[in-house]
Amino acid sequence: MRVSQLPMRRRVWNLGARVLLYLSAGLTCGLLVLLIGTICARGIRGINWQMLTTAESVLRGTVGILPAIQNTLFVIVLSLLIVLPLGVGAAVYLTEYAKNHRLVSLIEFATETLAGIPSIIYALVGVIIFCTALGLQKTLVSGALTLVIMNLPTIIRSTQESLKTVPQSYREGALALGSGKWHMIRTVVLPSSIDGIVTGSILAIGRVVGESAVLMYTVGLSTAMQDFSSLAAMMKASGATLTVALYIYAKERADFTTAFAIATILLGLTVVINGAAALAGKKLKKV
Amino acid sequence: MQAVFFLCGLVAVGFVLLITVYLVLSGLPAIRQIGLFDFLLGSTWAAGQGQFGILPLILTSVWGTAGAVLLGVPVGFLTAVFLAKVAPRRLADVVRPAVSLLAGIPSVVYGLVGMIVLVPWLRDALHLPAGDSLLAAILVLAVMILPSIINLSETALAAVPKEYEEASLALGATDLETYFRVSVPAAKSGIAAAVVLGIGRAIGEAMAILMVAGNVANMPALTKSVRFLTTGIAIELNYSAEGSLQRQALFSIGLVLFLFIMLINVLLDLVLKHDKEV
Repeated sequence: MRVSQLPMRRRVWNLGARVLLYLSAGLTCGLLVLLIGTICARGIRGINWQMLTTAESVLRGTVGILPAIQNTLFVIVLSLLIVLPLGVGAAVYLTEYAKNHRLVSLIEFATETLAGIPSIIYALVGVIIFCTALGLQKTLVSGALTLVIMNLPTIIRSTQESLKTVPQSYREGALALGSGKWHMIRTVVLPSSIDGIVTGSILAIGRVVGESAVLMYTVGLSTAMQDFSSLAAMMKASGATLTVALYIYAKERADFTTAFAIATILLGLTVVINGAAALAGKKLKKV
Repeated sequence: MQAVFFLCGLVAVGFVLLITVYLVLSGLPAIRQIGLFDFLLGSTWAAGQGQFGILPLILTSVWGTAGAVLLGVPVGFLTAVFLAKVAPRRLADVVRPAVSLLAGIPSVVYGLVGMIVLVPWLRDALHLPAGDSLLAAILVLAVMILPSIINLSETALAAVPKEYEEASLALGATDLETYFRVSVPAAKSGIAAAVVLGIGRAIGEAMAILMVAGNVANMPALTKSVRFLTTGIAIELNYSAEGSLQRQALFSIGLVLFLFIMLINVLLDLVLKHDKEV
């Protein structure tokens, strides 16, 4: 029925509803544009080569966030190295091995619970368990271990979703050719669910890059260069990541040029990570 | 190999137990020393004077979350309807990545923009002595919960069977009447879940509101400086001595917050289960 043939009341209602829908979507996008505009307008002039490649120096009066970049990378690599095998293993167990229905729902409930816990609680957990009980102090290692717990649900979920889409016939084919179960998983199932594993990893990297509450209280607040030359040095390395550095510059030093420069970098990383996640989902989708 | 995978599967369960046990163990001593009643219903938090009442923090978290949901849900819900039903494909392909970008922006970045742009603006617009306030925190939270609400509601709306909508259209309803009177009611459990998820996000957010709320443990009022449960922990965690009553009280706040979150999780579970049954 054409809208113009409707009674007045329905016509007004329809028009009103349409206007509201467009307004809301416009508001959502407008907010994003406003955010990006504000951040870039104030942040871009603070970014330069020296800032990206040196540590800050009080003597020369220069700002540098290289230590924060290194610390962020270290936390990403270490937490991924631990969470990937754990998360993929758990997903494999849930989709390939588990027969006990109760146990599966218990594990899935635990995963959902972990996903719902806010990061300030993880910060407390990191402080209580890793920094204090295990005696790791405020180090990048403590932070990375805390983030392992936080990212476990992300990896489990995306791997599991991808495992579920591997056709049953692949598995039957491999088994019929005489492959053992583990061999079948390793050579057939896991390679065909690589898209989920990669997407999960990218999402996990995104969460580490954007995380601040956990890192604020577990990795320390130093903005000086850390030593990653030996294992013993790595265990002791303790310093701010990008998000923590942003907080320190904004809230404790009132250096907003640097804070916005870091915000611009974080925003850029978010764009790249989102793009990569979308791309990985598309490109790696089943050969 | 099965044993190895089995162990990996149990890790998540182990973590949940570990977190629960440690939070309870670290949270209880201070509550016992202060007294449950004085802790939960005490109206003054002054660590210096040994007063640890978290009623202002609890109320601030409740009001802050309610405010954020009140502002964020209508916008998020309508954006979801727009994306799932109304938007031309090209436009939706632009809006969707925008929403996921909004979800990916780190909370300190929201906090920074709130602190530098929103807070001074509120101060000038409302003629306040300082713009750091519950209102600023609510506005920041409302934006931050938008993506969760949009994503979950959109998924729910997209899953509504086409036949429902076709039947409604065939009976003479316009497209918009169909979306609001047929699709939305059919997707109501999913939309409810989106709201609950948004509540969880809002009540758990710490860093962004730490930068805009002023962090004085006042009883909540829109234009006053306030402290949430989350920011109550955040503001003092790095400055409290290990083993002190103050630090233990922070763990107790953590325990209270944890209970709030568990309650919300159970609620979410119920809403989603209900969805499956229908």
